[in-house]
Amino acid sequence: MRLLRRQHIPLLATVGMLIVLFSVASALYPGFASLRVVANLFSDNAFLGIVAVGMTFVILSGGIDLSVGAVLAFTTILIASLVGAGWHPLLAISVALVLGSGFGAAMGWLIHRFILPPFLVTLAGMFFARGMAFLVQAQSAVVSHPFYDALGDLRLQIGPKAYLPITALLFLLVVLVGIVIARRSRFGRAVYAIGGAEASALMMGLPVGRTKVRVYALSGFCASLGGVAATLYMGSGNPAMGSGLELDAIAAVVIGGTLLTGGVGSVFGTLAGVLIFGTIQSALVFDGRLNSWWLRIVIASLLLAFILLQKALARSASAHP
Amino acid sequence: MKTDSAWKAISTWFGGGSIIWTLLGLALLLLVDAVWVKDFFTLEWRDGHLYGTPVDILHQGSKVMLLALGMTLVIATGGVDLSVGSLMAVAGAIAAWALTAGGMSAASALPLALLVTTLIGSLSGLLVAVLGVQPIVATLVVMVAGRGIAMLVTGGQILTLQDPTLRFIGGGYFLGLPFTVTLVVALLALTLFLTRRTAFGLFIEATGDNETASRFCGVPVRLVKVLVYAFSGFCAALAGIVATGNIHAADSARVGEMMELDAIFAVVVGGTALTGGRFHLLGSLLGALLIQTLTTTMYNLGVPPTVAPVPKAVVIVLVCLLQSPVFQARLRTWKKAKTPEVTA
Amino acid sequence: MSDSDPALLSLRGIDKSFPGVKALQDVALRLRAGEVHALMGENGAGKSTLIKVLTGLYPRDAGSMRLAGQEISPASPRQAEALGISTVYQEVNLIPALSVAENICLGREPVKWGCIQWHQVRQRAVKALQRLGLQLDVTARLDTLPLALQQMVAIARALEIDAKVLVLDEPTSSLDEGEVEALFSLLRRLRGEGLGILLVTHFLDQVYAISDRITVLRNGRLVGEFLTAELPRLKLIGQMLGREPDAGQAAAAPSTDLTQVSRPVILETKAAGFRGGIQQLDLSLRAGQITGLAGLLGSGRTETARMLFGIDPATTGSIEIDGVAVPLDSPKAAIARGLAFCSEDRKREGIIPHLSVRENLILAMQAGRGPWKKAPLAQQTELAQRYIATLGIKTPSPETPIRNLSGGNQQKVLLARWLVMQPRLLILDEPTRGIDVGARAEIDRLIAQLSADGMAVLLISSELEEIVANSQSVTVLRDRRAVGHLQGSTISVAEIMKWIAHSGEEAA
Repeated sequence: MRLLRRQHIPLLATVGMLIVLFSVASALYPGFASLRVVANLFSDNAFLGIVAVGMTFVILSGGIDLSVGAVLAFTTILIASLVGAGWHPLLAISVALVLGSGFGAAMGWLIHRFILPPFLVTLAGMFFARGMAFLVQAQSAVVSHPFYDALGDLRLQIGPKAYLPITALLFLLVVLVGIVIARRSRFGRAVYAIGGAEASALMMGLPVGRTKVRVYALSGFCASLGGVAATLYMGSGNPAMGSGLELDAIAAVVIGGTLLTGGVGSVFGTLAGVLIFGTIQSALVFDGRLNSWWLRIVIASLLLAFILLQKALARSASAHP
Repeated sequence: MKTDSAWKAISTWFGGGSIIWTLLGLALLLLVDAVWVKDFFTLEWRDGHLYGTPVDILHQGSKVMLLALGMTLVIATGGVDLSVGSLMAVAGAIAAWALTAGGMSAASALPLALLVTTLIGSLSGLLVAVLGVQPIVATLVVMVAGRGIAMLVTGGQILTLQDPTLRFIGGGYFLGLPFTVTLVVALLALTLFLTRRTAFGLFIEATGDNETASRFCGVPVRLVKVLVYAFSGFCAALAGIVATGNIHAADSARVGEMMELDAIFAVVVGGTALTGGRFHLLGSLLGALLIQTLTTTMYNLGVPPTVAPVPKAVVIVLVCLLQSPVFQARLRTWKKAKTPEVTA
Repeated sequence: MSDSDPALLSLRGIDKSFPGVKALQDVALRLRAGEVHALMGENGAGKSTLIKVLTGLYPRDAGSMRLAGQEISPASPRQAEALGISTVYQEVNLIPALSVAENICLGREPVKWGCIQWHQVRQRAVKALQRLGLQLDVTARLDTLPLALQQMVAIARALEIDAKVLVLDEPTSSLDEGEVEALFSLLRRLRGEGLGILLVTHFLDQVYAISDRITVLRNGRLVGEFLTAELPRLKLIGQMLGREPDAGQAAAAPSTDLTQVSRPVILETKAAGFRGGIQQLDLSLRAGQITGLAGLLGSGRTETARMLFGIDPATTGSIEIDGVAVPLDSPKAAIARGLAFCSEDRKREGIIPHLSVRENLILAMQAGRGPWKKAPLAQQTELAQRYIATLGIKTPSPETPIRNLSGGNQQKVLLARWLVMQPRLLILDEPTRGIDVGARAEIDRLIAQLSADGMAVLLISSELEEIVANSQSVTVLRDRRAVGHLQGSTISVAEIMKWIAHSGEEAA
């Protein structure tokens, strides 16, 4: 058994990158290397992270989901207005999660049944969900309910002045569950197989159609759950929230070492990708001099670097079988 | 017989059979407008300018029309360009920077913006053609980077501009119509010239229709791909300058947001298949017009602009379904199953 | 084993049609337990279709299928597997990026509380490989293994369930000799265990080395079932090609022009080849001469064409044009040297389906002129009309999309595409496949005319009559090597079949 394998290079590069980035930021900015900053990395990026876990499965299966940002926004405003109308928050959350998953499943069905391009169907899904979000309520609304406030205040102390709020805990839970699904469920392995070689997966007797529909349902579920996290984080719902979130999620997944063509990658890598994203953002905040728009450019460069790394690895792999 | 062939010629020119649906859709919208929107078709000649809702639609739709021309060629090669919205912001930002901080005149600032944006656009072409990156991914990278570059150039501010040339491009009148209409016509003429007067059009269609066979014929497939993305970048730059002129300001955060989707939509509705091959420039313009009419109609009917994406989404899925071979086959079997019942 | 024994698997009266094609008509197959049964036939014989029917990928239109006496109708590969029919397909149908263990157990992993038990997966994989006498690191990614081992993993997967029938679809096409021997000793072992093994292969030597019985299909029909030991090679080839070996003399070779040998060589390969395609090929193509390239499917015919045209450039040896070694590393480079290539796969590599006849016809010429110098429409139409007239292309107009034309007319358009270029060497891979008899004769006549005008032609065909009737020189390929060169009056179907049939030692 070799410990270091070619397929581990992208993940190692990601983790290495995270360590280097964090170290450099710690050296440059006093106070960066603290538990509080680390805790904030998790809580500030919780909903991006939750969405990215769902996106990981979609990309692993060889697809893409552009609707996640809009579904997240729809969820936040739906919960806000349902709670505002007197529903119990748990009921509102359940309804939102079911709607999000169902919406994803519907897109997955269209993609699978009529062989439509995923990017176009989910693009339409993005339009649809965004419009519906504004139809539910055009302005942002505060979620006010004693239960909700109590839920939002839940937190776990991990050190002096360092807390993991409920959103961060939710994020970590989703990552854990995601890892288990990806590694240890037949569904998860079928996702890898389909993304790796769909025709072979079909010949091997795997349930290709069912798996594809479920992948988009899972992504829709994660997007809604991200919406739940967002309402807990901000205490309000907003139909305009999360525009461009799908791109951040895709970027985090790819930087996390998942192949955009599908079949290779990990949920753990996505966690690292999200943390890289968060570290750069925090570093820019700490610096204060640099424009926050550097984030976009750095992310795009990282994205490009990882795509090129993957291409190079694929090429050298085919040269030396 | 003669009208039949004439109709055929016209319909191929616009985009084959599916153009009928686009025209029908447009007609339906206009009918709705005629009935429910007051004074929709009223045109007025004032101060040597033409005013009225149809003129507004042309003016408002010009940005998507400009984008759609470039997008048509990209889609015809079997690709897609998600970066055009961001590139609009880049062009606006560079023009604004050159005019203000750079102290340039419009005569040099605008060409600079066009050139730089085209170069950035051709980057996706290089990624696609040389490195074999999927078009969605390559243009996604440029999309993310482009918005950042635009924000950097303008320092994250909205730069207000007073340059008369820019204002004229974005809001001036020429021959009684908004200048943007002239711009669209000019770009259409240029695109038609580049694709139909040279062999590029043939190469693009051949590449999109059957890339392997084209390569075996010696068609320079890679060059064709790089060039279409560069051209799409150029079109995005023009649209960006128009958008900047529209609002007399470079707003890097908002300019061109979601525009790429409208452009793709226009092309698909206009009869060019997402799988590549035959393209229909006039069909794409018609598609863009349909979107703008849809938006304007809903606005006039009091539907808030934020909800407007919902019907757009429904139309996209319907058009895709109609183009999907699987759906067509289903429809046929369904019809077949249905007919005997009717006749029996 | 006598024939009265109930067969393990028996198929009877199998029919299968696709729109416009009868792929299988009244086909039967009897596979006994403890035998290796070879399924043979040339292109279009229906082997793949039969296997897909057997494994549940295609539903059959008619006929019966019995496994151990039970009527079966598998509707998917999964159901076929559950019944005990396991298949290993031509291209390894596994997931390259997953581990060996996972590939063996995928879709049937042992699960507890919904969680896959990885240690059990690994154990099962190790056990399945042990049965084949293999010890591998089952946690390694599949694509880190050489192809031969991947093939073994695929077989291990197939046997990991309780398989009664093992179907192997061309398992050896990418293996070298040692690897094939290892596979065969495994198959012998499995035969000993009472498995029924159905083997599809193109390699005659291998069929004789391993199989007990042979079933031959031709054009979707059953030709017959034979005991391998009682069927001479020559007879087998005759059955596959649909002709008696001794009737070959009937098709006389065209009289040889004695001056031909002195005609200039246009292209010459010297020990040229590339891995997995063709090896050590020596071939001289002369102006004004039609050279036939004969051999069974998988012998390296098409690969030779692809190498010459720069699609799969030669990695060993050299290719000379007019006596000068040239790098033919892309179709563009080949076209620039005066080469032209009509692919056997018209649909994927030939036609641009939605473009018009005119556009298809002038595409190569326009590509040669570059994008800026567009041929005027009048000139294009004139060219199109001229070739439509001379080649007798039946099309409503030059502006009709080429996909609306019949196969024969599409082929003529593709020929015309290259004739416009006035190439020095025209490579034709199966130029008359799927074309009706009338159009076939016209195309043959056209090829002769071109050659008479001084063009060098390389004619590839699976139909020996076509080769014999048209060629002045024939190179016979077997197992990706040239095994014989025939000239002039020595060219006959019988002679070619002899070269195809004989194993290397006998021929030497």
